Amino acid sequence: MVADFFVGGSNDPGEAVLELSGAEIVIRSLADEGVEFLFGYPGGAVLHIYDALFAQDKVKHILTRHEQGATHAADGYARSTGKPGVVLVTSGPGATNAVTGIATAHLDSIPMIVITGQVPRAMIGTDAFQEVDTVGITRACVKHNFLVNDVADIAETMKKAFYVATTGRPGPVVVDIPKDITDPSIKIPYKYPKTVSMRSYKPAKKGHARQIKKAVELINGAKRPMIYAGGGVILGEATKSLITFTRYMGSPITLTLMGLGAYPASDKQFVGMLGMHGTYEANMAMHECDVLIAIGARFDDRITGKLDDFCPHSKIIHIDIDPSSISKNVQAHVPIVGHVEPVLKDLLKALREAKAKPDKKGQTAWWKQVAEWQGKDCLRYRDTKTVIKPQYAIETLCKVTKGNAFVTSDVGQHQMWAAQYYGFEKPRRWINSGGLGTMGFGLPAAMGVQLAHPKAQVACVTGESSIMMCIQELSTCRQFNLPLKIINLNNGYMGMVRQWQEFFYEKRYSESYLEALPDFVKLAESFGHVGIRVDKASDLEDALKEAFKMKDRLVFLDIMVDPKENVYPMIMAGRSHHEMHLMPEGDAG
Amino acid sequence: MRHIISILLENESGALCRVANLFSARGYNIESLTVAPTEDGSLSRMTLVTTGSDKVIEQITKQLNKLIDVVKLVDLSEGVHIEREMMLIKVRTLDEGREEVQRLSDIFRGRIVDVSDRSYTIELTGAGDKLDAFIAALDEGDIIEVVRSGVSGIARGESGLKI
Ligand SMILES: Cc1ncc(C[n+]2csc(CCOP(=O)(O)OP(=O)(O)O)c2C)c(N)n1
Ligand SMILES: [Mg+2]
Repeated sequence: MVADFFVGGSNDPGEAVLELSGAEIVIRSLADEGVEFLFGYPGGAVLHIYDALFAQDKVKHILTRHEQGATHAADGYARSTGKPGVVLVTSGPGATNAVTGIATAHLDSIPMIVITGQVPRAMIGTDAFQEVDTVGITRACVKHNFLVNDVADIAETMKKAFYVATTGRPGPVVVDIPKDITDPSIKIPYKYPKTVSMRSYKPAKKGHARQIKKAVELINGAKRPMIYAGGGVILGEATKSLITFTRYMGSPITLTLMGLGAYPASDKQFVGMLGMHGTYEANMAMHECDVLIAIGARFDDRITGKLDDFCPHSKIIHIDIDPSSISKNVQAHVPIVGHVEPVLKDLLKALREAKAKPDKKGQTAWWKQVAEWQGKDCLRYRDTKTVIKPQYAIETLCKVTKGNAFVTSDVGQHQMWAAQYYGFEKPRRWINSGGLGTMGFGLPAAMGVQLAHPKAQVACVTGESSIMMCIQELSTCRQFNLPLKIINLNNGYMGMVRQWQEFFYEKRYSESYLEALPDFVKLAESFGHVGIRVDKASDLEDALKEAFKMKDRLVFLDIMVDPKENVYPMIMAGRSHHEMHLMPEGDAG
Repeated sequence: MRHIISILLENESGALCRVANLFSARGYNIESLTVAPTEDGSLSRMTLVTTGSDKVIEQITKQLNKLIDVVKLVDLSEGVHIEREMMLIKVRTLDEGREEVQRLSDIFRGRIVDVSDRSYTIELTGAGDKLDAFIAALDEGDIIEVVRSGVSGIARGESGLKI
């Protein structure tokens, strides 16, 4: 069905003027932005908009079961495609329910547009029914937000919202729309702006030539160079350039939790993830390197450990699109502000022109040292035929999906194991809430991924505690036939909390045990899905294969893993990179 | 170190909140903050006085620049500049005290802008330390009310903060 508001309204001269209501403008501008999916939940303040939605089929609405689910689903869509995720929720509780998802996207710089209904303009500030100050509440967790004051401003505001959300360092943008300006009886001429320019917003593009020259000088003759790349490489679509650059350097490369997939995990220059649960070799190489090239990474505290002792022997080159990320936690010797893709290209070109390279002899010795660290085999664990080790579960998942699945995760030990043991070869395949660490993210995010990639294998690695936070979305999966595979690493504990309590609170497991867990198999079945429980290691591979064979069904795999397993290696909070704790000998097998 | 940061920002509802929010969310100090529209009605000019180490000030200016509503800013303390603050101060004046207050006001180039039987209201403009000195010179018990505008500043020379 084609609504009349899709006829006309292009910018062609001579075409009849199209008159639309505010509600129609909202939907039509989404269509003009090429939005496929709108994740949302209706309510009073957005009913005019939902009515306009009803009259068309260009923008497909995905009804979630909670506004948090809508925001995470839009987020998963965005992370797996690079396109912005779009959300529509009502005022008051609709908006507050969306806040967690908005903050999640904000901390990981994910492009998202969240349209929130607001009470009619005349009632703003009167504590009206379902009124909250959405712009005020979200101000601290968005890239930008707008309260639209006039029906004539909707189209331009939408254009600005998409522009701000998707350019520069991406992020979520909230557009708060009072109900009265979506009134179907008030129509105005519609034209979607082709371009937008904002004098107060000019994101950086190319890096400064002088800084690039300085970087070339530092790299030339470096003896122990190290590349540290993060989520910015994925957001900036710079994977290819990163690979070319890394090859040219010949140096080790490590990735952050957010950067996994930006460089193929199987490549021999890759030394694994760094940080609190990073590999021994990655963290040691960070500690001992003499030139560090940080690319689209922000020196988060989970990465740096103790700041005074971070990369103590190294000069630091830092490439980032956001000037405020540079020298925030760690002083950069050569700051390069710019979009990572053109900067890497320019840097590589400058290196080639200058014939600048790391020192050959130095680097040979450096790799010898790295190989020695790799010899510790820090991710080794004791494999068994009976008890299911969570690490084994992830390795088997990787094997069964040939390392090709989209993997979303929740937050906890399972997240770290997924990051450590699933080798990500491609960008946008590893989807997790790294910055905010939002439990409940995994399932709805996987829905967004599956919608964007209907044929792909999508796995949600979760824990029995996290999955409970957005479990209602199993119903959404049923409605839209999303054949996710839920990999529930069930250790019966809030494992990550339990681990900290074991290490730092003398095993006082305060409230980290979830009693009265549901029977997940029956739960999945009650939502119309398939549930499989796995108790023995020897059954796991077959169960996984069986699950992935069911191409059109959601399968909930409840995998009973070793309840007391801990995540290693670990740098205790406030310690530095060379003070890692490895798995105790007896357990490392 | 004390810094005076001068900001041109979009004259939009909420722009001031974004700046204020940034300072509270990131734990930066604000000593004073003034804001008013400029000759171009779509722009406001804000003068913000803050303190912090060089590193903190660098972050403050970067974070401010990141706000979508901020068009341009300059750290006036990096160059020669003029700094002014206006104060309205109401002082109790009895008998001999009355003449004494008037004399003090003259010395500080203040202007008496309101008079009652028992009080003077004085308007005084200058750098912050001049206003402080005037307050210190008065008898503390005689001060009824002090209203200070917060600092405004402008760079010396012909260049200006403009778009
Ligand atoms: C919304 C939210 N609340 C609390 C936390 C703190 N937290 C981090 S990990 C964790 C436990 C997660 O347990 P589970 O999902 O079972 O994963 P496991 O660590 O056992 O693999 C908790 C409570 C969080 N990250 N997010
Ligand atoms: Mg658990």
